[in-house]
Amino acid sequence: MRKLLKYLNNYKLQSVLAPLFKLLEAAFELIVPLVVAAIIDNGINGGEGWRYILNACLVLVALGAVGLVSAVAAQYFAARAAVGFSKELRRDLFSKMQSLSYSEIDKLGTSGMITRMTSDVNQIQSGVNLVLRLFMRSPFIVFGAMIMAFLIDVLSGGVFALAITALCIVVFSIMLVSIPLYRRVQNRLDKVTTLTRETLTGARVLRAYCKEEEQIESYNKDNRQLTKAQNFVGKISSLMNPLTFAIINAAIIMLLYVGALKVDGGALTQGNVVALYNYMSQILIELIKLANLIITVTKSFACAGRVNEILEMKSSLESLPRGEKRESVPFIQFNGVCVNYGNSAVDALNEITFSAEKGQTLGIIGGTGAGKTTLVNTIPHFYGVRSGEVLIDGENVNAIGDEKLRDMCGIVPQKAVLFKGTIRENMQWGKNDAEDGEIMAAIETAQAADVISSKADGLDELVEQGGKNFSGGQRQRLTIARALVKKPEILILDDSASALDYATDANLRKSLKELDYKPTVFIVSQRTSSIRHADKIIVLDGGKMVGVGSHEQLLKECETYREIHYSQYEKEGA
Amino acid sequence: MANRQKAVLKRVLKQLKKYKLCLFATLFFAFITVAGTLAIPIFFGQIVNLIVGKGNVLFSEIFIKFIIIAACIGVTALSQWLMSIINNHITYNVIKDVREEAFANIQRLPLKFIDAHSYGDIVSRNIADVDQFADGLLMGFTQLFTGVLTIIGTLALMLVINWIIALVVVVITPLSLFVAKFIASKTYSLFKKTSEIRGEQTAFIDEMLGNLKVVKAFNREDENQEKFDVLNDRLTKTSLKSIFYSSLTNPCTRFVNAIVYAAVALTGALMLVFATPLPVVFNVGLLTSLLAYANQYTKPFNEISGVVTELQNAVACAGRIYELIDEKPQTPDGENSVRLVDVNGNVDFENVYFSYTADRKLIEDFNIRVKAGQRIAIVGPTGCGKTTLINLLMRFYEPTDGVIKVDGNDICGVTRKSLRSNYGMVLQDTWLKSGTIKENISLSKPEATDEEIIAAAKAAHAHNFIMQLPDSYETVITEDGGNLSQGQKQLLCITRIMLCLPPMLILDEATSSIDTRTEQRIQRAFAKLMNGRTSFIVAHRLSTIKEADIILVMNNGNIIEQGSHEELLALGGFYSNLYNSQFAI
Repeated sequence: MRKLLKYLNNYKLQSVLAPLFKLLEAAFELIVPLVVAAIIDNGINGGEGWRYILNACLVLVALGAVGLVSAVAAQYFAARAAVGFSKELRRDLFSKMQSLSYSEIDKLGTSGMITRMTSDVNQIQSGVNLVLRLFMRSPFIVFGAMIMAFLIDVLSGGVFALAITALCIVVFSIMLVSIPLYRRVQNRLDKVTTLTRETLTGARVLRAYCKEEEQIESYNKDNRQLTKAQNFVGKISSLMNPLTFAIINAAIIMLLYVGALKVDGGALTQGNVVALYNYMSQILIELIKLANLIITVTKSFACAGRVNEILEMKSSLESLPRGEKRESVPFIQFNGVCVNYGNSAVDALNEITFSAEKGQTLGIIGGTGAGKTTLVNTIPHFYGVRSGEVLIDGENVNAIGDEKLRDMCGIVPQKAVLFKGTIRENMQWGKNDAEDGEIMAAIETAQAADVISSKADGLDELVEQGGKNFSGGQRQRLTIARALVKKPEILILDDSASALDYATDANLRKSLKELDYKPTVFIVSQRTSSIRHADKIIVLDGGKMVGVGSHEQLLKECETYREIHYSQYEKEGA
Repeated sequence: MANRQKAVLKRVLKQLKKYKLCLFATLFFAFITVAGTLAIPIFFGQIVNLIVGKGNVLFSEIFIKFIIIAACIGVTALSQWLMSIINNHITYNVIKDVREEAFANIQRLPLKFIDAHSYGDIVSRNIADVDQFADGLLMGFTQLFTGVLTIIGTLALMLVINWIIALVVVVITPLSLFVAKFIASKTYSLFKKTSEIRGEQTAFIDEMLGNLKVVKAFNREDENQEKFDVLNDRLTKTSLKSIFYSSLTNPCTRFVNAIVYAAVALTGALMLVFATPLPVVFNVGLLTSLLAYANQYTKPFNEISGVVTELQNAVACAGRIYELIDEKPQTPDGENSVRLVDVNGNVDFENVYFSYTADRKLIEDFNIRVKAGQRIAIVGPTGCGKTTLINLLMRFYEPTDGVIKVDGNDICGVTRKSLRSNYGMVLQDTWLKSGTIKENISLSKPEATDEEIIAAAKAAHAHNFIMQLPDSYETVITEDGGNLSQGQKQLLCITRIMLCLPPMLILDEATSSIDTRTEQRIQRAFAKLMNGRTSFIVAHRLSTIKEADIILVMNNGNIIEQGSHEELLALGGFYSNLYNSQFAI
């Protein structure tokens, strides 16, 4: 949390003024019982007359008014500071997240990032707001009331100290006991949520096995557990009100007794006793507020910890200053490349060495977890290498500069994602100022012309979030087009034809061959049909390169390749 | 809208009927609590009266009062606690009932409903909305009853003690209500706007962070940051306003309180000074009590206005849950539905018509006779509607016209349970529930012994990888089998079928994402399964397709060609195009 305090730097004034005005308000509130005491002692019993009483009551209203003004000021400054704080925090957080490398993104996960951006930041914001408003006020009123009591009468002050101690013990021990119990309620609720989700995602399977009644049974069991936990924690936390009520009133009895003794002895007046009584009533409300504040602040601290974790993440990618450029080397060269995600015992890629000339088509094939995606992701420097080097045009990719490097590459990821906006806007992701002609050319190459013509608004057709209004195959072809719009020198298709039928897949490969800017193409696939015509095929298995060469060569020499191929085609069909 | 609200409210009351006794009890305890809280200040006031001045303190009477107060405190605190416990009991049980009803209905909803609604929406109704409903109910019980009772009681007591001062209070209080209402109406629209912008921002974050890899691949970080900053600025502006204005409620009502307080003090004190003889019995002690009342009188008003908003919210949430509960379930099995037994596996489609929506026709006049033990391959490009056939076979959906028969029985006339348990289904979208591997396998046959399970796993070539898991068959897998590979998940699903061996199969071959060795295992397991069973296979592999007895070629949701491999090739239509294209460049 302390590390996040720097986001208040721009709001220093507000963060100081807010609690100060709150204190002012509290101070005015503390004067009220004194005025009432004066009315009773001097106005009524002392015979000072109606003017005195009227003036005193006007003072009461004035105190209220001044209190209102300072409270409004305090709320304003607190809101300013808290909102400003969260604004800057959110901005930094977003920008930090955008700068993370692939390995950190994988580690965090999307939903992790989103909760941190939204609910965590909101929680921190309300924490800041509440702290600025109440952290000074509540203790001030509680202890202020006690001090006032001591000023009126030491013994009565002692009663206050006793009552406050007792209240603190009750309030905080109930909190301490109930917080873990609430966590248990949350866990059980999570279970109920999981079951609800499962019954929806698995609706077909569950119905196929006629599990409806059993689902209901196990749901009811978990649900009852939840209810039990809720009732249990409810019993404990609802002790708070009756206990504090009893303590405060018991304290008032003590106070009145002490007061009675002192009045009898002439040390106190009737008005003094009334004032003490009033102070006691003020304490309770503030103490409960304080307890709630502490709960909120604890939650905010947990959130702040999570947010801070991200802000302090260091990108695992290192960029080097531009080094020397080696001459007369192949366009793309992998030299003994090893990649390891974090601290895994096994390298995701192990000693990969191969090269590719400009304009060539490379196929990469292998089973799941073979390292295909990792391999192509080292080219645009999405993942750094543990050892070895990846060279483009004789230059190490970690020295080219990520922005320039990625401008050279057109990437079509496995997951075909389109963004909210028009098709045209999506296509312009490749090139900001791309004109319709360029876009349509790319779309035709990507075999997506029919997608555009089937939509009423053509390029202006709106894409919903996640591209939901397009089928999987349509999205895939549009993402290919998006990468083609920027006319990349290197085109990477990461299993991006999986949703295309054989014919479309074949046409796509044909039109890629005909592109006039002759990109170097990497095709990652599970199907030998997609890569069999590549200039060079790299076969991966468990992160190792087990074969490289043409289709015919590999059929002869590479066992893994043969296995893959013949599982998809019978021998005589090939 | 108001009518709907009323209907929902009625429904809520009906739901509460079961807890009538508890409701009476909570009302009773609320009454005692309020009476106690109101009585105590009076006694304290009386004590103040007994402490007049030096040498003028009536200790004996004070002690009697102390005992009465102590008793009051005890009774009040106890009834307060009991009231909370009962309130909790009612609320948590009502929402338990609601959740159970909703969940039971989900089980009976037609798949059409589930397919058409996002899971998140249904889950949030059953979880978040119900919680919100509970909060509203609880607040309603605890604060509405006591609030109303406190207001009535305070007013009555003030009238009894001193009707003049009571009048003063009654005249000024509406001011507080007015202020609170004014602020609430102003902030409502601000809050709405804030949450709209927040929603917009969240959607943006969701989209961009969810696809951060693409963003980075296209160097779009700066553009996104710009867009984000714009949204962020807008959010900051409105949320500043909404937070500030809403935080005004407390200070403002506190100020009104201060005015009421001063007015009570003024009238009370003036009456004591001037009005002799007093029109009513009045003294400093009573003034003290009245001041205490004045302090707590406006509080329930503010609370109640809070409760009303909360309740409105709760009613809206309850409405959404009831919508789910009331959603029309599938027609239950008729009384004279036949139970399918000893199925051979003859499946006939007779003049079947089907479409998901009336305006888009899919399957039209489809006829096919499948004899027991035949293999039917369903082929076609992705998204051509292959799952539609599965939906019809399993009676997840019913044909709009025509009949589907199993062994001559119209499947709409047999019990769902007996129909479905005669099919073994392995979908490409494998689904596993959170639980142990064993629990997942025995889904198809809960009474299966460990030996049977292991035998099935061996037959499905799943035994080896299961044994490599940390706790072998007892390994707990998370929701949707996160830690297993796609292929392993499919092997587990095949094991399920191996365990119960139904006479008919629906298999969905995986297109990709499975490594070669697992793939071969799956193929072998499939082959073993299909032996002698009527099988419908969504096929991607040429070998499977060529070996099928009948090939159904689908495109755009319709079945366009059917026949054997040779027949279809000779036909020279869509299928032969598809087949030949993979040998072209």
